[in-house]
Amino acid sequence: MKEVISEWKDEKRFIIAKKKLVNIRFPKFKNFFLWISILVIMFLTSCAIVPEWIAPYSPTAMRSDQILLAPSLQHLFGTDYFGRDVFSLVVHGSRPALLIGVCAVLVSSLVGSAIGMIAGYVGGIVDVIVMRIVEMMQSIPGVLLALALAAAMGPSFRNLVIAIAISAVPSYARVMRGQVLSIKNRPFILASRSIGTANSVIFFKHILPHSYSPLLVMASNGLGTAILTSSGLSFLGLGVVSDIPDWGMLLSQGRNYIAAGWWIATFPGLAIALFVLAVNIIGDSLRDYLDPKKRMV
Amino acid sequence: MLKLLVNRFLTALIVLFGSLFVVFSINYFLPTDVVDTLMSMNSSDPEVVQNLRRELGLDLPFHTQFLNYITDIFHGDFGTSAIDGEPVINKILTQFPDTVLLTLASICIAGAIGLTLGVLSAVHQNTIVDYVARVIGLFGISMPTFWSGILLILIFSISLGWFPAMGSEGFSSLVLPSVTLGLVGAGFIVRVVRNSMLEIIHENFILTLRAKGLSERVIMYRHALRNALIPAITMIGVIIGDFLGGTVVVETVFARQGVGRLVADAIVAKDLPVIQGVVFFTAILYVVINLVIDISYSIIDPRIRRNQLGG
Repeated sequence: MKEVISEWKDEKRFIIAKKKLVNIRFPKFKNFFLWISILVIMFLTSCAIVPEWIAPYSPTAMRSDQILLAPSLQHLFGTDYFGRDVFSLVVHGSRPALLIGVCAVLVSSLVGSAIGMIAGYVGGIVDVIVMRIVEMMQSIPGVLLALALAAAMGPSFRNLVIAIAISAVPSYARVMRGQVLSIKNRPFILASRSIGTANSVIFFKHILPHSYSPLLVMASNGLGTAILTSSGLSFLGLGVVSDIPDWGMLLSQGRNYIAAGWWIATFPGLAIALFVLAVNIIGDSLRDYLDPKKRMV
Repeated sequence: MLKLLVNRFLTALIVLFGSLFVVFSINYFLPTDVVDTLMSMNSSDPEVVQNLRRELGLDLPFHTQFLNYITDIFHGDFGTSAIDGEPVINKILTQFPDTVLLTLASICIAGAIGLTLGVLSAVHQNTIVDYVARVIGLFGISMPTFWSGILLILIFSISLGWFPAMGSEGFSSLVLPSVTLGLVGAGFIVRVVRNSMLEIIHENFILTLRAKGLSERVIMYRHALRNALIPAITMIGVIIGDFLGGTVVVETVFARQGVGRLVADAIVAKDLPVIQGVVFFTAILYVVINLVIDISYSIIDPRIRRNQLGG
């Protein structure tokens, strides 16, 4: 008898879970673009993880007999001034380009939301001081702040991540502070406090799980911005110097041969644009999905 | 009204002071300084380096250096270039008009495209017009300017030969750079205008207007659009910041004169005082523009004025 009941419960749970899955719906227009975006992200990410498997040629192999060839079946994106295969360069360039963006977003979202949430939760003088500092940092446009930091610290992977992360910290701090403030005085938190729950428990068990959704949306849109900023810095000559150039540097090299071969600059840029576009579409869908008000419309 | 103005002005001053502090701190806490740049060109005798540091006041404690820095700034002294010794403020002021021209042209383009597409896509929600406008908006915010700029050069100057690919003489050379920057801004504005229009269309006063029997056109363009404009104006304030940063890339791509180009060249030459001077100069501009926008829409919209006065 016991077994039957537990089996019945399991089945009921399964049906509920299935219903929940079925109920995940995105607006029709987004559905198609969303799947394409996910595919694009998956492809470019696998390029960054295992470029050797995808690229047909070595990114450093220079063939003097194959200089500035237009795109063909043999060289999908053509070849550059040194006879390197542009497709292989773009595939290999995805690793440095994406790695900096992902690391910068991780650092800035963790640091920014920690600052914002603590300021919001503790309140009082801590809140005032922290938020004034955040406002001051916001008075300098993000791109310029990242640029000044990167220029002053010198080009290296770590410095670029720090520069881009710092310029994004203020917006995370502001949003997460607002989120904590809106949850802090909700009845269930007050109830928890009234029965003597420790501050740390309230923070990690009750407030944290209720405030992740804006963070998720911000981080996914932030990834697009971070990659645009990092490739922009790299384009200006502040990128990491290595024999495998990232997308921004490829573009700035290709720019010099723009009249001789349009393909050298066009394809790395296309990769950046596609990745950022895909990330933004996913971010938008996430926002619509996590925001119950939007889901109704 | 006066109370509001004073309030806004004081906040702006505090923020400015803060950004000064941020720029200075970047300068202070970093391992490299002006002397390193100067020395990389000459012989680096430790004693010479030491003397130079003392001469420039770089061995003083943090607060004294910061005070000196502020005093200099108030006297209009942004430091001198580490490369040619020219005052940074002179460099900035000679390049400034070109950048202002580019930014203004870009804002006009961004506003025109953004507002038109945003309104059209909200009025015709879920039709083909809406989809196209949204895709253009997404493309605008996703395309790196250094790529869209190069594409525009490829199409309109190399293939078609309509506009010059580089330079900053005359009106025709302004078209491609301002379109490049304007498209980014248009992307942001389309999204903001569309969202705020959609929100307002579902409000009760629109229902009342419909019940009154007003035509759909009057409701949309006379009543809904007016209310949707405020977030768009706020967005323009934010976009100006992006533009001022974006000019660095765009002026490099199109080989134009301007403050952005000044920074790009300073990066290559490792000329820190110029970079810092421009960053702070831009921060001043950014704060002032946002102050003006803040005040202007609290004049336009009585609701904001009432909220800000706390009453």
